[in-house]
Amino acid sequence: MEFLLNYGITPIMLLGAYITGTILERRHLKSLLLLESGSRDVLAVTIEDIPPEWEVESSELVMGNVVISQDYFKRVAARIKGIFGGNIRVLEPLLERARREALIRMKGVAHARGYKTIINVRIETSTLASSRGNGKSTAGVEILAYGTAITIREEWRALPGT
Amino acid sequence: MIISNTQEIPGKKITEFYGVVSGSTVRAKHIGRDIMASLKNVVGGELVGYTELLTEARGEAMRRMSRQAEETGANAIVNVRFATSSVAQGAAELFAYGTAVTVE
Repeated sequence: MEFLLNYGITPIMLLGAYITGTILERRHLKSLLLLESGSRDVLAVTIEDIPPEWEVESSELVMGNVVISQDYFKRVAARIKGIFGGNIRVLEPLLERARREALIRMKGVAHARGYKTIINVRIETSTLASSRGNGKSTAGVEILAYGTAITIREEWRALPGT
Repeated sequence: MIISNTQEIPGKKITEFYGVVSGSTVRAKHIGRDIMASLKNVVGGELVGYTELLTEARGEAMRRMSRQAEETGANAIVNVRFATSSVAQGAAELFAYGTAVTVE
């Protein structure tokens, strides 16, 4: 029994984390596709200067954030891969998903307030320190997307995918 | 208070500069949220409690920045930047800063 407790839990946790992590990832990707198609009428650009002939009526800072964490299986896999160096591919999809989610939330805020264009979009990434342990493990990664939402006349906007 | 992360407020003209204004908060999560988050850490995915916490904290930092700008007599803040740093274990500092200006 003691042996099981000591050496059984880790593989069970790994397997459980792998299965639930994969299911959650697939579900998230599916919802992202749906949400992205819904937020397509908000145009977000990283340029700051807009042509002077665009008559801006109002502007406001909008932002969207998400804190996301990696599942246990992938953390272990990344640590092993980290010994050899190179591309740690298991970590990439998570950050990509988080960025897409943050952008969608930012667009959602802009849409709810009646804006259809966001300029000067910036995306920032920061790690949150864990409150337990030695601080080496991170509690999560925060992605923040922010920009200035503006209202401009319809004809200046060229929408992607239209 | 008009807040923007662009150099100028789109569609408006800056008439006066008041200098840098900033606001910050240091927040920690209570133990219940920490425990929930560490459980969620096993399966991965979004840590909703932390997302909300940071949204609230950033809002507070921005309110403090706005208040400072109001005190100087400005009506807008341009070129706003955000910075997040983990000052202690389990606590994060959210910092917002920008330039207070008058626009018309």
